[in-house]
Amino acid sequence: MSKNNDNQNKDKKPNIKDGLSKLLKVILISIIAFVILYFFSKSRADAAVDMSFRYLKEMIIILPAVLVIMGLADVWVPTSLVKKYLGHSAGIRGKILAIILGTIPAGPMYVALPLAGELLRKEASLSNIITFLGVWASLKATQIGVEIKFIGLKFSMLRVVFTLISVILIGLIMERLIDVDKEF
Amino acid sequence: MVAIIINLIALILFLYSYQKNKKKSKMALKKALMKGLKLAPQIIMIIVVIGFIFAFIPPDLIRNYLGGEFNLLQVVVSAAFGAVMMIPSLIALPLAGSLIEGGASYTPVAAFITTLTMVGFVTIPIELKELGKKITIYRNVLALIFSIIIAALIGGIM
Repeated sequence: MSKNNDNQNKDKKPNIKDGLSKLLKVILISIIAFVILYFFSKSRADAAVDMSFRYLKEMIIILPAVLVIMGLADVWVPTSLVKKYLGHSAGIRGKILAIILGTIPAGPMYVALPLAGELLRKEASLSNIITFLGVWASLKATQIGVEIKFIGLKFSMLRVVFTLISVILIGLIMERLIDVDKEF
Repeated sequence: MVAIIINLIALILFLYSYQKNKKKSKMALKKALMKGLKLAPQIIMIIVVIGFIFAFIPPDLIRNYLGGEFNLLQVVVSAAFGAVMMIPSLIALPLAGSLIEGGASYTPVAAFITTLTMVGFVTIPIELKELGKKITIYRNVLALIFSIIIAALIGGIM
């Protein structure tokens, strides 16, 4: 990552500086927030730090790679291709592809959301993207495994089936209600 | 494991791309960096908020609210917990399992799990920026409604 940074810093504008200073500010505010919480309640601060670090670790090891893949997709995958496979005319195949893409275990929702925005800009249909987001959020294979183990197969299967139907329905409903061209 | 695979895929794709077209690949890296810089502050904020929510609504509190006799308020409260929180499934699902073993009804537990996954309260700032106000509001409201319907269906069938 640091190598990439060095490469880029040369030919980049103040843009990067702004981003970095904002990032620094946020980190500083976060630290202050945790310190205040620590004085308020040590046990709560411990719990908060523990949970935040879990997600921070995940972000640091996954996000850069996902961003690189997204960047590459951005320059190599033409709008026409996204439109063909995830657009309105893609039909049931588009839905299936959206569901498959959703199950890719590449991190929490904040990874999927920028990806969804990118795909919408490349003329994927709203219903497919909403289905993709829904599957990403709630139908990960790893999660379903843990669910079966701790709650039971019947519960898990019911949830999977109903959720799948729901996220497809939500996509279709939203497509009816929202004019995407106006939003993007 | 997953992280290793994703990083490997990114590396392979990049090397392949770099061989094919250096300029395009550099552009892709630049886009990735800019996107990362734009996203990172927001994600860190979200991560901090997740930690704080977890500190103030610990699993024990959820257990107290969802453990007792079944009533409608329970479903509302568990859906609210689920919508606001973002906890890893490795913590949430064993908690849900222990609740059911302890005699809790399926409906509130299902409501907690469905809203936990489908409704993303803490990620709304990023969703707003990436997808716009209208899509964000519709998506989350519809997800909340459907979550409760799913919970009621599961509760009825189980």
